[in-house]
Amino acid sequence: MNFEAVKAIYIFEMARMRRTLLQSVVSPVLSTSLYFIVFGAAIGSRIEEINGVPYGSFIVPGLMMLTLLQNSISNASFGIYFPKFVGTIYEVLSAPISFLEIVLGYVGAAATKSLILGTIILATAHLFVPIEIRHPFWMLFFLVATAVTFSLFGFIIGIWADNFEKLQLIPLLVVTPLVFLGGSFYSIEMLPEFWQKVTLANPVLYLISGFRWSFYETSDVSVTVSIAMISLFLALCLGLVWWIFKTGYRLKV
Amino acid sequence: MQHAISISRLSKVYDSGLAALQEVDLDIHNGEILALLGPNGAGKTTLISIVCGIVNATNGKVSVQGHDIISEFRAARELIGLVPQELHVETFETVWDTVSYSRGLFGKKPKPELIEQLLRDLTLWDKKDNKILELSGGMKRRVMIAKALAHEPKILFLDEPTAGVDVELRKDMWQLVRRLREEGGVTIILTTHYIEEAEEIADRVGVINKGRLILVEEKNELMRKLGKKQLTLELNDVLESLPEALGRYDLDLENGGERLVYRYDTQAERTGIGSLLADLNRAGISIKDLDTEQSSLEDIFVTLVEETR
Repeated sequence: MNFEAVKAIYIFEMARMRRTLLQSVVSPVLSTSLYFIVFGAAIGSRIEEINGVPYGSFIVPGLMMLTLLQNSISNASFGIYFPKFVGTIYEVLSAPISFLEIVLGYVGAAATKSLILGTIILATAHLFVPIEIRHPFWMLFFLVATAVTFSLFGFIIGIWADNFEKLQLIPLLVVTPLVFLGGSFYSIEMLPEFWQKVTLANPVLYLISGFRWSFYETSDVSVTVSIAMISLFLALCLGLVWWIFKTGYRLKV
Repeated sequence: MQHAISISRLSKVYDSGLAALQEVDLDIHNGEILALLGPNGAGKTTLISIVCGIVNATNGKVSVQGHDIISEFRAARELIGLVPQELHVETFETVWDTVSYSRGLFGKKPKPELIEQLLRDLTLWDKKDNKILELSGGMKRRVMIAKALAHEPKILFLDEPTAGVDVELRKDMWQLVRRLREEGGVTIILTTHYIEEAEEIADRVGVINKGRLILVEEKNELMRKLGKKQLTLELNDVLESLPEALGRYDLDLENGGERLVYRYDTQAERTGIGSLLADLNRAGISIKDLDTEQSSLEDIFVTLVEETR
């Protein structure tokens, strides 16, 4: 294992976060605060409780997942797309490092950034509403598993994309709607029966549901199914990344 | 004897159907400076990219100090440094960070004193905290070289290192290349359009055209074998036409009849100069001055490439 190389990529990527601190940290904190004002204060005042949890507290796991998913994807996709765009990818490809080490460096840094953000969002939310974490281990598990999985997903998008438009395409057109419709701000029990069934096809629902369970022991679907779903998605992303490096897809000609 | 790089029957066909390399065989000796010459699209960069792991070969084998570039890619790549043709740099990084990053990427522990020395050697020390976007093109090229040398490679690829750089930087680079070879025993492979570059610093010259390696030869030997000389004779009196007695010589009358140019093969048993001078004397043609000139590597290169068209 070339630890020095993994460390080099990791530190290099984390340095980007330091350079763009305002954009990386302040912006998500601001949007979370806005969500709390709009959903928590304005709408929340009309919805008292969901499954025994005050509405403001209920939306915290969903908001954290929203930020985690969006940031994991954008950090990782940009992290690998930028060297491709400016051509510095030649250095990574010609270095004595395996695909696993490249992924560890890039995805590790992207996931770390998302975890830092998730923690900041949690702290910000704590300023607005009371928060209880009944299963800290599982909360951490969902947090880390989601950050890693979606950073891997972002890494795949970054390799697939050959222009900036494609880089934004999936996060904007697929991920954001799935997160909003995956129960971030409501329980699916609040939907008509037909839409409840449709929502079950949304993979993000399982992540949010499992994550919320780790906070308040209330969930839309079984927590075992949530764990199985995130594991399945992680395995899928790992398989795709392995294939990319094996074939050199969009990296080598 | 183990070669620095051994390339055997290497071919590359791109998805577009372009055969960039065709059955290339090449052994690169340890510690030599090899110049690869060839016109645009000849396959020079593809060859380098395959050895460095950036492009997949279609067929053939490459080993670096005996390490196969696929099955023993770590051992092979550790030995190689690459300065690509294009200026690929992380615009928002500082010079120090980007060079240190390159060392880490190749699995080497940080060695600030080495990075400092490199930056000083490349006159980049006072720019070490500057972001790369603040540097000129020439400075960026120096950063690329520092990055390639940061992990102390034993083999260095320079792909068109002096394309678009000023004379001063070009001379600096030549000096650096010589020093790397003399002090560190580094094997250097450079591709270039500038024949004078190959003529100046290379030990051997390889000529690639249309994906085929036409020849690889010691530079001096190549010039000796393929080099032609020409003897220029300035005449005292204008000559209207060549006398019949001189018909057996390869002569041209130039400059309105004031100059005779005689081309001869340096490898021939007899150059014919003695008899030409005697015949000129016999024909009553008197000579004011004479000069000889050997064809340059450029002439040889152009001839070779044209022959394979």
